[in-house]
Amino acid sequence: MRDLHTLRRKIVNAVMLTITGLCTLFAAGTLVFILGYLFIHGGSSLTLDFFTKLPTPVGEAGGGMANAIVGSAKLLALAMVVGVPIGFLGGVYLAEFGGSTFSFVIRYVTDLLNGVPSIVIGIFAYTLIVLPQKHFSTLAGGLALGVMMIPIAVRSSEEFLRAIPNSLREGAVALGASKAKAILTVVIPAAKNGIMTGIMLNLARVAGETAPLLFTSFGNRFWSPGWEQPTSALPVMIFTYAISPYEDWHRQAWSAGFVLLTLVLAVNIFARGVLAKKKHVAR
Amino acid sequence: MDATRPLLDTAHKLSVTDLNFYYGAFQALKNISMEIFANQVTAFIGPSGCGKSTFLRTLNRMNETVRNTRVEGRILLDGVNILEQEVAYVRRRVGMVFQRSNPFPKSIFDNIAYGPRINGMVANRAALHEKVEQSLRRAALWDEVKDKLNQSAYGLSGGQQQRLCIARALAVDPEVLLLDEPCSALDPIATAKIEDLIFQLKSSCTIVIVTHNMQQAARVADHTGFFLLGRLIEFDNTAVIFKNPAKQETEDYVTGRFG
Amino acid sequence: MAASSTTVSSAGPSRPAPNFLERLRGGDEAAYVITFIAAASILLVTGLLVYELFINSADARAKFGWAFLFTQTWDPVNDQFGALPFIYGTLVTSFLALLMGIPLGVGAAIFLAELAPPKISDALTFLIELLAAVPSVIYGLLGIFVLVPILRVIEPSLRAVLGWTPFFSGPFYGVSLFSAGVVLAVMIIPFIISISREVILSVPGDQREAALALGATRWETTWDVVVPYAKKGIMGSIFLALARALGETMAVTMVVGNDPKIKASLFAPGYSIAAVIANEFTEATGKLYTSALIELGLVLFALTIVINGVARLLVMGADKYKT
Repeated sequence: MRDLHTLRRKIVNAVMLTITGLCTLFAAGTLVFILGYLFIHGGSSLTLDFFTKLPTPVGEAGGGMANAIVGSAKLLALAMVVGVPIGFLGGVYLAEFGGSTFSFVIRYVTDLLNGVPSIVIGIFAYTLIVLPQKHFSTLAGGLALGVMMIPIAVRSSEEFLRAIPNSLREGAVALGASKAKAILTVVIPAAKNGIMTGIMLNLARVAGETAPLLFTSFGNRFWSPGWEQPTSALPVMIFTYAISPYEDWHRQAWSAGFVLLTLVLAVNIFARGVLAKKKHVAR
Repeated sequence: MDATRPLLDTAHKLSVTDLNFYYGAFQALKNISMEIFANQVTAFIGPSGCGKSTFLRTLNRMNETVRNTRVEGRILLDGVNILEQEVAYVRRRVGMVFQRSNPFPKSIFDNIAYGPRINGMVANRAALHEKVEQSLRRAALWDEVKDKLNQSAYGLSGGQQQRLCIARALAVDPEVLLLDEPCSALDPIATAKIEDLIFQLKSSCTIVIVTHNMQQAARVADHTGFFLLGRLIEFDNTAVIFKNPAKQETEDYVTGRFG
Repeated sequence: MAASSTTVSSAGPSRPAPNFLERLRGGDEAAYVITFIAAASILLVTGLLVYELFINSADARAKFGWAFLFTQTWDPVNDQFGALPFIYGTLVTSFLALLMGIPLGVGAAIFLAELAPPKISDALTFLIELLAAVPSVIYGLLGIFVLVPILRVIEPSLRAVLGWTPFFSGPFYGVSLFSAGVVLAVMIIPFIISISREVILSVPGDQREAALALGATRWETTWDVVVPYAKKGIMGSIFLALARALGETMAVTMVVGNDPKIKASLFAPGYSIAAVIANEFTEATGKLYTSALIELGLVLFALTIVINGVARLLVMGADKYKT
């Protein structure tokens, strides 16, 4: 009786190990599958045209997504201008200057903003810019993405600044630096790597965002000079082409998906690799 | 083994022969051999890092939970080598109480009941209740908690939590109870209660206690082993170790010249 | 940590704290003001967001009132708008996602935190955390061209097993609430794994030791002691995953079928709040139509705020155990 009981416990132990292991394999395997499938369908049909040509008229085969690539780049540049200064400086405030009540409120609201679905942020940019201007624009799209960047920029900047030990601040001040100078010349440079990789990860995240662009930058079959015209963007093109009835557009959607995913994952792998190394050194 | 004086002629519960233990490449225990007597209290003393806790943890194979460790030698429990037996079975027979009390985030009742439940030791609820009460009585905690068995264990004081952990370990009816510096986080009154407990328990259990407090060893232990740098320097009746040690190192330690 | 004074521990010759003029020249006041403004502007942006949502949904709110949430009709031609089909679809797809995602996610988290050797655990965790970085539209792409065909193939078997329930009846065209639920499940699993794994890892070692010393097997230790200890944090991760699923737009709209009707069967096409906004916003003619869509945005906003709030409480509560 005792042996049977113990045997049952050992079997349960082994079975649960297997089951949870399979769960993990499923999760990890999904990424491998996604990459593999995208590579086969998208990478193999990727041509130079994709990067250099404009889209062809509806229904015609061929063409590329050069304007979408440029459009995404412009949107991200604008997003950085909007999101990084506010986010970074806000993070500096929380890490270096904050009092306790106001800091609590800021953190709470930042988390609130972080939880807002991206489509709602799109509505916000629409009401703020598209409605008064009565047209879609790169400006509106960039603003939407910028607002999305703010909460993560705040949190990651604060985290990396806090990780810098107080002894560094005290050392600078003891040598005659003002608090601001100490932060500028010692603390921020020390946290530089972490903050940079934080920005990169943030950019990679908003680079793949589609929903907030659907009615802000909207889309464009041609080049979009300046900031006041609607513009094409890579994720939006993927969406538009994927739900279309044209085979050739489906093929292009796969190519675009491959390019987008490769870029996003490359940035993530690089950033996490750097961050992981840094963690070991800092401790 | 260096026995220059004859030990009390009592049955050996645990018999360790030529035990060597390695953390990776580092040898933490060197050629330990000793006999632990049934229904007696055996204490291990020595300065920090001497290996006494490491040795204690080999006796219920707890060091196997750390990666990259290796054991050589034999540890016989009632004549059978525990290193070759089923580990869960060994741990049920050789229980352990840790330095800091670590009750589960469950009720007092569920904490005690956990061991009997998973080892399939009781047939029904009534028997389980009986076991819990018996264990709490053995740990001298029953009167203090009998009216709040369903409350969280975290509501107890530090000393009570430690006695709870002792009761929890007793609930699986161990033949040997290993105590790893059980009083180091407790105040003198709580410590005294646990030392009283040790006296009462030894009639039903073999007790092995690691302590950095020499006075405690002198108070509770029948036999004492002095460890230094991974070696067992001397093992004898407590009275001998403290009043008339055979080795110079032992004398230096117990007279306070170091450690 | 956020010290606002500059006094230094006296190791060398002591220095009096700087006076106002010194601080001004050193740039302290300027730095404080600049960073304060940045932090305050976050409040401004968020407040503005809520304000704009509110103001621009005024028309719809005035016309439909609270009944908006319970009305089933979505008829742009006749200017009749009700949120119920979208609330239904959002909740159903998210619930499905949780149903499938929680066992897989928590199971994998347990494996990675407790049972797997460290090197394998680290490598697999890295892979899984990369999944969280995959854009939604990519999931949608795979959803349309890979998942839906696969589901079409296995649908007969599903129907054979579960067809007696009202949930798996009716015709199946591939795009459906069920398909959206599956895609969402795949999307939220990495979040559940990532957070749950951290929470489980932070359970103190002495809890495990106590269980092992009583003779418990590794699984018993994990399931009876470690996981209950980490319960709050795991619940928190589930709520965070739910909040994400509720707001997910692209992957859902690409596989859900985009049909604003409420049907019992999961095989039927449906719609979610985020999906209808994405699809119809640019087509919306007339102020009332747009206003109704924005009101839907407000509803979604409120929903995710509440869920996120609960999640934060749970995860913060779990942190308290760490000490």
